[in-house]
Amino acid sequence: MDRIRRSLIALALLFLGTAAVPAQEQRSITVASTTSTEQSGLFGHLLPRFTQKTGIQVKVVALGTGQALDVGRRGDADVVFVHDRAAEEKFVGEGFGVKRLEVMYNDFVLVGPKDDPAKAAGKDVLEGLRRIAAAKAPFVSRGDRSGTHAAELRYWKDAGIDIAAARGEWYREIGQGMGPALNTASAQNAYVLADRGTWLSFKNRGDLAILVEGDRRLFNQYGVMLVNPAKHPHVKAQEGQAFIDWLVSPEGQAAIADYKIGGEQLFFPNAAPAGRA
Amino acid sequence: MMESLGQAVLLVGTLDREVAAIALLSLRVSLTAVFLGCLVGVPLGAFLGVTRFPGRGVVVAVLNAFMGLPAVVVGLLVYLLLSRSGPLGGLGLLFTPGAMIVAQTLLVTPLIAALVRQIVEDADRELGEQLRSLRLGSWRRAFVLVFDTRFSLVVATLAAFGRAVSEVGAVLVVGGNIAGFTRTMTTAISLETQKGDLPLALALGLVLIGIVLAVNGLASTVRAAAMRAYG
Repeated sequence: MDRIRRSLIALALLFLGTAAVPAQEQRSITVASTTSTEQSGLFGHLLPRFTQKTGIQVKVVALGTGQALDVGRRGDADVVFVHDRAAEEKFVGEGFGVKRLEVMYNDFVLVGPKDDPAKAAGKDVLEGLRRIAAAKAPFVSRGDRSGTHAAELRYWKDAGIDIAAARGEWYREIGQGMGPALNTASAQNAYVLADRGTWLSFKNRGDLAILVEGDRRLFNQYGVMLVNPAKHPHVKAQEGQAFIDWLVSPEGQAAIADYKIGGEQLFFPNAAPAGRA
Repeated sequence: MMESLGQAVLLVGTLDREVAAIALLSLRVSLTAVFLGCLVGVPLGAFLGVTRFPGRGVVVAVLNAFMGLPAVVVGLLVYLLLSRSGPLGGLGLLFTPGAMIVAQTLLVTPLIAALVRQIVEDADRELGEQLRSLRLGSWRRAFVLVFDTRFSLVVATLAAFGRAVSEVGAVLVVGGNIAGFTRTMTTAISLETQKGDLPLALALGLVLIGIVLAVNGLASTVRAAAMRAYG
């Protein structure tokens, strides 16, 4: 009886002890970013370098661009690092972000089945989409307000297709991240718009291949913003700004350019020199 | 399928310290949640098991229904509570292991209470008369019956642990799946699936199943030893 009681108390103390563990002294910030930067492995490459230099730990919450900006709006992150220029400018315009700085770019690619039943392959993404719509070939849309989703909707519009009206059984909105969209396309042999980084690091390709790339319209710019401390006083402005400064510094830019998968560079640094002040 | 499974089995052998850290975090979060859930759920369930009051049937029905509380809904509620813009935002708990413990505690407490209620109520049917004749109050009777059924209650605890350690909806929303900080076994599996690395996802799944088996095995060993010594 006594032994049981004593061991129960010991067990209880053990649990409470483990619950109280995260009393870390280390400085850290929370960054709301996109699935493309996280799932392509870029952060795994960049963050250890930044942490080693500054001692600041970076915690990345990877979401779609729309969601990441919402997390910033609620004040649940210190820095937002995403890729949808219009939405980012709105975020800063509303006073939720301090200033938008461009960091790097990569590009989108139109991916589809190798045998390309809709004959979408080529150099023109708008023409490719028109052919997919005309053939009513299966197309997977992110449907999650992400930067890639926003770009996709822009291309449909520019191609002169009212996707809200033209959509049918062939247009499959999944409301999930880039990885799940590629998984779905791979399983259904469907077309899908992807960012090159996630595509390169994606392993379950099946019969999919890149069909359209190199169109100037496929340019995909990433921007970074500090969440406005005037709106959310608990924002770690100093540490957050240190991260932003590092990203646009020559050192951070070189680290971005260094990141390669299978010899192929995923992101191209293009911070404006003025941003490096 | 078989090919992925084969690769997964081989991968299990190569899993490294990072996976060990993720597994430890899963254990820490879920065991703490179960412990806290027991602190509330056991007294609550036991009290419901021995008392009769108007509306008790409704309370029991609601409790039983809450055993099936959707994890993602609990996650969303906790997210809104703990967000900087929410009522408890000042705690700064969102996207920390603490937030995951809160969410899982809410998830398992009704489960523990409902199972304890059933077990204690059954025991009360057998021993209740005797205890009432001793003029023991409700709490006193509840305590005696909990002690009497302690070996059966282990199963309730294990069910709660199983629920906590296997859910992904709540920890993903409130923890944010931050590498090295709030990434648990289930969110890691979900992430690798999304990245299309199915063999690695499956390997992690095998590790998780192994952990659940180990915890259950340990619990039944302890229970058997305790029954021999004190049963």
